[in-house]
Amino acid sequence: MGTVAYFISLGLAALAAVVLAAKAHDGLFAAHAWIVIIACAIAIIWRARTVSFGGASTAGQEKYLDGVVRAGAIATIFWGLAGFLVGVVIAFQLAYPALNLDLPWTSFGRLRPLHTSAVVFAFGGNALLCTSFYVVQRTCQTRLALGNAAWFVFWGYQLFIVLAATGYLLGITQSKEYAEPEWYVDLWLTIVWVVYLLVFLGTLLKRKEPHIYVANWFFLSFIVTVAMLHVVNNLSVPVSFLGTKSYVLFAGVQDALTQWWYGHNAVGFFLTAGFLGIMYYFVPKRAGRPVYSYRLSIVHFWSLIFLYIWAGPHHLHYTALPDWAQTLGMVFSIMLWMPSWGGMINGLMTLSGAWDKLRTDPVLRMMVISVAFYGMSTFEGPVMSIKAVNSLSHYTDWTIGHVHSGALGWVGMVSFGAIYFLVPKLWNRTEMYSLRLVNWHFWLATLGIVLYASSMWVSGIMQGLMWRAYDALGFLEYSFAETVAAMHPFYVIRGLGGLLYLTGGLIMAYNMVRTIRGDDRADAPVGDAAPAQSAA
Amino acid sequence: MDYETMRQFADTWGLVGLTVLFVGIVIFVFRPGSRQRYEDDANIPLKED
Repeated sequence: MGTVAYFISLGLAALAAVVLAAKAHDGLFAAHAWIVIIACAIAIIWRARTVSFGGASTAGQEKYLDGVVRAGAIATIFWGLAGFLVGVVIAFQLAYPALNLDLPWTSFGRLRPLHTSAVVFAFGGNALLCTSFYVVQRTCQTRLALGNAAWFVFWGYQLFIVLAATGYLLGITQSKEYAEPEWYVDLWLTIVWVVYLLVFLGTLLKRKEPHIYVANWFFLSFIVTVAMLHVVNNLSVPVSFLGTKSYVLFAGVQDALTQWWYGHNAVGFFLTAGFLGIMYYFVPKRAGRPVYSYRLSIVHFWSLIFLYIWAGPHHLHYTALPDWAQTLGMVFSIMLWMPSWGGMINGLMTLSGAWDKLRTDPVLRMMVISVAFYGMSTFEGPVMSIKAVNSLSHYTDWTIGHVHSGALGWVGMVSFGAIYFLVPKLWNRTEMYSLRLVNWHFWLATLGIVLYASSMWVSGIMQGLMWRAYDALGFLEYSFAETVAAMHPFYVIRGLGGLLYLTGGLIMAYNMVRTIRGDDRADAPVGDAAPAQSAA
Repeated sequence: MDYETMRQFADTWGLVGLTVLFVGIVIFVFRPGSRQRYEDDANIPLKED
């Protein structure tokens, strides 16, 4: 986009936001309009300070558009730390309610969606944006399509995150889990997402490599499916075009099913398919070997596509949802075992013949443990979708533990591994500032997950058993408050696990800053002193 | 098309159609003589830095 068009469009957007702020029906809508005005102003001032009027030169264009990938890597870690921090805060709020501070903005109810959206959409979303832009360029041997549209996707997505996050703190929500932002933020995300799809598709279309590598299939299915899920689940009627409030189109059990069709496929296509794209590129790259079986990766892809979309009803066992739909959700969840474990085996076996690298390369170790957690949480999930198990596990902390073994273990670790691989490449360094610090990160995060998952298993199963305990006369044996009191020690352990995970993230941020600055800690190699390098 | 017709189509022909399509994809992937092709495809990420 030309410089003039850039200034005009941002100026008009700022002007429109001023009108919206002035005419807003509620203060919250005006607050969001002001955030848009400030964002436009920053963008205009930044460009005005850096613009060159000497005429654009197209000569020195690099082969790949990597600036947006670098920005994405930094944003991933920034939002990751924010999300982990809020997670630790709300974990301790559950253990010590005084930490709610008696303020509306810092209450658990508002911070919890801030945490989930920050880790899923801000941390995970930026990890997917940056890796998908990197992988599609490398495997297609071509630059990103549509000029600087990728930059629009990146900054547009950050604006979405800021609007969503500030909205939660101010109390703007449509009360749909993982889809809390109100109608106007949803519309903005739709625009950004369509441009993302066009950039990705355009890059695939102009590829120099005849075959589309399988990682791109996973990325593309993630982009397409999330677009579909987002649009359908957010169909709603705003009360006014100048206010925050809207009402969803569906009602009752239809609304619930739409929500969990969305919610479960957000797990399936955002947190699974997208991150499998990362696995299928970065594990072979780091191990220096092709994926174990390319055929298996294709079968993995198509079976995920055919099965995942039907699994959502398992979130609504024993509700008003028709029985056949519940059973359908359960059966498809169990069938998901096959592709999940097929994919896990494919990822792990990529290392066959290179297992020794695990001893010396903490980055590869991170990727491998993420695949192992992928296997564990996709084993646990189908178990929990079985109705009899679900009657015990549902609404308890077991669910929270399951989600976090997938989120911290699989999504988090594979993203860390990819970023550790990417940062030296993107900033032209030979390796991270310190692989020993990567090793610290690895163990802190792993221990954190172990504390988290095991405490939530114990607490969740205890909670479920206490809820269903009857005495000899058929009365409930425990009051609800008694179950809450019994969970206190496990809440503390969980919070400590989160703290370890956050500490690992901080170490990663430090390591990343030093790498970008060009420092090298000149560590002794990880693992035993390599016998081959006796002179060193 | 009302709900009943759509559901009846989905749990009969729809189900059969998608299952056949999926099985067809799997058979196609394992067709004889394709080994070399898939080995080349698997090496795409390793071709350059």
